[in-house]
Amino acid sequence: MRARVVVTLKAGVLDPQGKAIEGALSGLGFSGVDGVRQGKVFDLVTRHTDPTKAKAEIGAMCERLLANTVIESYTIEIMG
Amino acid sequence: MKAAVIVFPGSNRERDMARALKQAVGTPPAMVWHAETALPAGTDLVVLPGGFSYGDYLRCGAIAALSPIMSAVSEHAKRGGLVLGVCNGFQILCEARLLPGVLVRNAGVGFLCKPVHLRVETSASPFTRGYRRGERITVPIAHGEGNWVADSETVAKVEDRGLVAFRYCDERGRVSPGTSPNGATNEIAGLFNAKKNVLGLMPHPENAIEPAHGSTDGFGLFLSMAGALADA
Repeated sequence: MRARVVVTLKAGVLDPQGKAIEGALSGLGFSGVDGVRQGKVFDLVTRHTDPTKAKAEIGAMCERLLANTVIESYTIEIMG
Repeated sequence: MKAAVIVFPGSNRERDMARALKQAVGTPPAMVWHAETALPAGTDLVVLPGGFSYGDYLRCGAIAALSPIMSAVSEHAKRGGLVLGVCNGFQILCEARLLPGVLVRNAGVGFLCKPVHLRVETSASPFTRGYRRGERITVPIAHGEGNWVADSETVAKVEDRGLVAFRYCDERGRVSPGTSPNGATNEIAGLFNAKKNVLGLMPHPENAIEPAHGSTDGFGLFLSMAGALADA
């Protein structure tokens, strides 16, 4: 079973890298950008066949390692 | 004083740290590889040095915080033993939840490598007892992720309990918004845990201990620790 974890900075947490990318985009002439937030994507392959169990275990992985919940939040998508 | 310096893959300031410890106490520290599961018997002080442990993969300090030796470091801290984390060591202590908050990318994005001024916020700790409260010291920084952030509740707790050890200040020792070179909340450069037996700081006191370094202000931190342990 495949799953995708998306980790993003919580609202209000400063994202200097996102800001730099935003500046670079406007430098390229893309004038319609009002904001960029950089995040991370993890594609996992799990041996679980039960989506509920897979999601619970991946949630624990996020809490322990994949995200720092002081500043980041995460979503888990089971891709089947 | 028996000190142990933890060496992670990617640590690069461990020798500077060992040199400073040896100069302060006369004996060299034990160098402990991160894959060990126990500290040398009788260890008083554990130091997590600067560097780029695990190449800063995932988040700075995140993988090192799960190294085998870190369980022993946590136990040592829980027993009241002294733990010092400098730069990447500070990041590791935050990821290991031995200190609150987290260190994120500098507000200006770039890597900063230069001397900075710090104001000593308290002399009431084993790490800062050799300084005067309010004293201005000059110590170098070298980091890309030194911007300390936490939720507002945590920041309030840190401030209310007097857990800030050092703040970035100007050359006259004044702290104001913007004296932090990296955007750190409340200009925080270093902070203690609640019991003040764990200290993390971004600047490198081990690189300000000899006249050739341009400053000897960092040596006070090593003498403080040596004095505190000699009295214990």
